[in-house]
Amino acid sequence: MTRFLPFAALLLLASCAGQPGTWGWYVVDPTTANGWVNIKFLLRGFSSTIQVSLLAAFASIIIGLLITMPGLSANRWVRLPNRIYVEFIRAIPLLPMLFWVFYGLPVVMKSMGIQINIDPFWGAVITLAISDSAFTAEIFRSGIQAVPRGQTEASSVIGLSRAQTMRYVILPQAIRRILPPLANQFIYIVKMSAFASVIGMQELTRRANELVVTEYRPLEIYSLLILEYLVLVLIISSAVRWLERRMGADER
Amino acid sequence: MSAAVKMSSLSKWYGDFQVLKDIDLKVAAGEKLVICGPSGSGKSTVVRCVANLEPYQGGDLSVLDTAPDKVRRGDVGMVFQQFNLFPHLSVLDNLTLGPIRVLKQSRTEAEARARDLLDRVKIPDQADKRPGQLSGGQQQRVAIARALCMEPKVMLFDEPTSALDPEMIAEVLDVMEELARDGMTMICVTHEMGFARRVADRIAFMDAGEMVEIGTPDQVFTAPKSDRFADFLDKILSH
Repeated sequence: MTRFLPFAALLLLASCAGQPGTWGWYVVDPTTANGWVNIKFLLRGFSSTIQVSLLAAFASIIIGLLITMPGLSANRWVRLPNRIYVEFIRAIPLLPMLFWVFYGLPVVMKSMGIQINIDPFWGAVITLAISDSAFTAEIFRSGIQAVPRGQTEASSVIGLSRAQTMRYVILPQAIRRILPPLANQFIYIVKMSAFASVIGMQELTRRANELVVTEYRPLEIYSLLILEYLVLVLIISSAVRWLERRMGADER
Repeated sequence: MSAAVKMSSLSKWYGDFQVLKDIDLKVAAGEKLVICGPSGSGKSTVVRCVANLEPYQGGDLSVLDTAPDKVRRGDVGMVFQQFNLFPHLSVLDNLTLGPIRVLKQSRTEAEARARDLLDRVKIPDQADKRPGQLSGGQQQRVAIARALCMEPKVMLFDEPTSALDPEMIAEVLDVMEELARDGMTMICVTHEMGFARRVADRIAFMDAGEMVEIGTPDQVFTAPKSDRFADFLDKILSH
């Protein structure tokens, strides 16, 4: 993998030189005044992207936990709401859901007598949180159910209540299985937050779009945009790997 | 003192399949009962019903003069074939979890008692290790100590040595024998007939969900009444 990096860089550089009309990095050249202004404009998108992602991930964990609980029951009727929620939410593509929340939800609320205005930021947070919570709930459920039955039985015969069993025996073991996929899911949220650009939220992608409209250099600007996401995701995924190593070392 | 465990016509089904067929059994306080039988005979299920791990659909079961789900928490201890220790906790924390959370003992009190019990099961110096770092025999002795921490009145053993290497079986059986000498009421599902002969007051034989025969070791080893028990003994003793 690392062997290809210099090669790819060389290819990129080669294509920048020579033939006029291919690459024009001047739009984001930090040594020129205009290029520097453009770069700052693009980088300012980080704060919205990060804020939306963190808030959505946090809300998704809370909703996911609430959805998981009935899913753990032995009674299929109690499990039903969990199944319906997960199957239904999982089936809705993110973009239509975003439109529905942003344009539709205020209308629904108004018909119920509640006057709210959903701005692009909260529209994105709500949509990402709900859309992701179905996956989060499944991650929680599979993590908890992967703890062997014998652990619950052993807890029962030493007299622990169901809540105590969850807290002291099941969850500490499930968390090792839950955290890595949960962190992966966070990467997914970061990437999907790009959709918020279509409802006008000023995050990374929206800013790139706006700059493209004024500068007419989509190739360079979108290349830089991809690089921005790459940096963000690489930081998160190295954090995930660190987490996984720590969990693994703790196991035995 | 009435019986520690009493069941009459105990019956249990998994769907259409009847796993327990009208089991009658009385275990007196202080008695040691060994249950044996081929796999699938329902012997584990009987013990799991007593431990309130399985529901039953017919008959009556009383444990320490009450329904299995009403027994004071910790009064019935159980040791599993697969140990079922808590892998994320140290040996000491495995032992003190119940006493601290259920019996509301202080940590110092619980730890002192836990160390005494680790002494008794002959692994005093493993308290700070994780279960995964111990041998099978050691793990099973920790499991016995964990059950004893709750000061149970009845101890149940579900094939406690079946998952162990031969050289570790003896160390677990030794601990169980000592427990028996101290007067604990014990119900053991096991195929260790040497142990049964030395320790059991009575031996029960189950097959296909029925309690086929029950008697003192002398009785059953010298003259089993049923052919099925005789066949079974013949098979496991000739190896």
